[in-house]
Amino acid sequence: MLEIKNLHVRIAEDQTEILHGIDLKIGAGEVHAIMGPNGSGKSTLSYVLAGKDDYEVTEGEILFNGEDLLEMEPNERAAAGVFLAFQYPIEIPGVGTMTFLKTAMNAQRKARGEDELTTPDFMRLVKDTAQRLKISMEMLKRPLNVGFSGGEKKRNEILQMALLEPTLAVMDETDSGLDIDALKVVAEGVNALRGEERSFLVITHYQRLLEHIVPDFVHVLSNGRIVRSGGKELALELEEKGYADYVGEAA
Amino acid sequence: MAGKGATDIKRVETAAEKAVIGHFDSMPGDDPMHDVRASAFDVIRHSGLPNRRVEDWKYTDLRTLLHDVPAPAGPGDVEKARAILAESDPLADLAGSRIVFVNGQFVPSLSDMAAIADQVDFASLGRFLADGGAIFDRFDMVDPSETPIMALNSAFMSDGAVLNIKQDADVEKPIHLAHLFVGEEAGLQTLRNLVSVESGAKATIFETYHGPDGLAYHTNTVSQIHIAEQAEVRWIKLVEDGSAAVHLGLSASRLDANAVFDPFTYTAGPALTRNEMRMVFSGRNTKSGIRGATLVRDDGHADFTLLVDHAVPDCESREYFKSVIDDTARAVFQGKIIVRPDAQHTVGQMMSQALLLDEGGEFDNKPELEIFADDVICAHGATCGQIDEEMLFFLRSRGIGEAEAEQLLVQAFLAEAIEEMGDEAVEQVLEARTRKWLGMAPEVE
Repeated sequence: MLEIKNLHVRIAEDQTEILHGIDLKIGAGEVHAIMGPNGSGKSTLSYVLAGKDDYEVTEGEILFNGEDLLEMEPNERAAAGVFLAFQYPIEIPGVGTMTFLKTAMNAQRKARGEDELTTPDFMRLVKDTAQRLKISMEMLKRPLNVGFSGGEKKRNEILQMALLEPTLAVMDETDSGLDIDALKVVAEGVNALRGEERSFLVITHYQRLLEHIVPDFVHVLSNGRIVRSGGKELALELEEKGYADYVGEAA
Repeated sequence: MAGKGATDIKRVETAAEKAVIGHFDSMPGDDPMHDVRASAFDVIRHSGLPNRRVEDWKYTDLRTLLHDVPAPAGPGDVEKARAILAESDPLADLAGSRIVFVNGQFVPSLSDMAAIADQVDFASLGRFLADGGAIFDRFDMVDPSETPIMALNSAFMSDGAVLNIKQDADVEKPIHLAHLFVGEEAGLQTLRNLVSVESGAKATIFETYHGPDGLAYHTNTVSQIHIAEQAEVRWIKLVEDGSAAVHLGLSASRLDANAVFDPFTYTAGPALTRNEMRMVFSGRNTKSGIRGATLVRDDGHADFTLLVDHAVPDCESREYFKSVIDDTARAVFQGKIIVRPDAQHTVGQMMSQALLLDEGGEFDNKPELEIFADDVICAHGATCGQIDEEMLFFLRSRGIGEAEAEQLLVQAFLAEAIEEMGDEAVEQVLEARTRKWLGMAPEVE
């Protein structure tokens, strides 16, 4: 499904290289976790996958279902099935959450040559999904993420993911800023979406999230490289020993 | 250099000045309003059109911007106007009554005031002009020397709405003053509205302007408004003249005690617009939310100039203006708030914000606070920025194309001012106008 080959990335503004050759393969239905210390390039990787233009790819490629992902605009990537759950979901005053959801869903459907959703169908979908994620319809009447708590913003991200039904969900530190109850709701939302056709790349600093979203593979990212890969037990080991070994190795 | 002798140098008249003087001199001499018109027009005859050396017109130099002034328009095709209203009336089902002017003349056959006949008296200004204009004595006059818009209006006014909203009348549905320019020949339409809202009355008024794109016609419109004690009025002006049109407008209002007046000026369309608003707070505990949205593109020029006069204590004004500027267009906001020595406890909060969609655009913002009372809360602020890249990326990452995401953000930017009015039906009308300006499909529910 996703194949990252020798990916080198630098910040467009100051040309600082952040990723120094990442190789990663994610198969359909697999859940991969990327763990690493602060500053290791975790968020950069997620932004590059989503197509943020603050970064330049200087070497390597990313194939998504055989297609060159780097050639696609951010909205084209979304329509093709890539979804980024933001570490800090942005507030957009003046854009109603419902308007945003409907515009996004219909834009993707249009891009895929499907009919737009009717308002009743859309409303039903949102209501059902919101209920599962413990999101009140009152909340959805507000402008996008405005006045939402940290937990509400993250749940709103999962709601968008559930409605947009991506085939690859990249979750950038979804656990940051969540208390344990909110974490459970978010994790349940993610687990409900797990399936043979949907892959996840879960980026996190802590092992805690991976108790609730159990990965098939864990990779350690340090100083812009994947320095170790293993099964879910690797996460436990990291929790116990910390990142000191890897940071040391990089330095 | 501008010594004593400079005033003796004869000003060189521009083509537009020559044209407008020619048009005035061709007007019939037996008009009962002739003397009023002539004395107002003297301002133009002697000083010409305003230019950048006049502080109020620093950013909107009509001597440079106006290349011509067309002759007063002849009557427009009523059937054409009827078809335009049937197809694209921005208020459609919202208004409860409609007063229609075509090319500056009242058209009874397109108007319908039946639903509010017991609440509102209406007459067209035409017949008062024939009587010599004694009706003007009932309204505060803005002296023609104060603004050339008034001078030109008094010189050329042909018709308008004289409205009296009766005491305690609660006019449920908006009153629509619709102005259409039709035809293929450019002309000048000049309207004067006299509106008095008696004490305790409530009403929403929409004043709309529509005309063909690409035709360099001119609209000049002045509304003199008196809002009596405890009346509540919302007044939305939609300036959607055609793409080559010129719109000069003035709204002058007096607010008595405990009145609430919320004007919103929405401008999207003409090549050159200058909307002036003058408001005098003459009674205590009066509130006004003065808001507006200006959308301007190509090499368009849109100016909003505001003068708020807090003459008495305990009043509150909120000014909130948004400008969206694309291509090489230019938007101007001038906001002057005067707080007189007696006007203690005045609250005046002015904010003007611009969103530049292209590097070629320009926004000129000039706040002027003249505060002579010492116990007041007054503030002003201005911002000028571009589309937020982080917001744009967020929307795009959800599958929304760049153009559509930008449109959403423009709507969002304007919504902050529009939503302050707190009227969902009005919000929907303005949102639909913005969608049209942005070239988006109408919202289907």
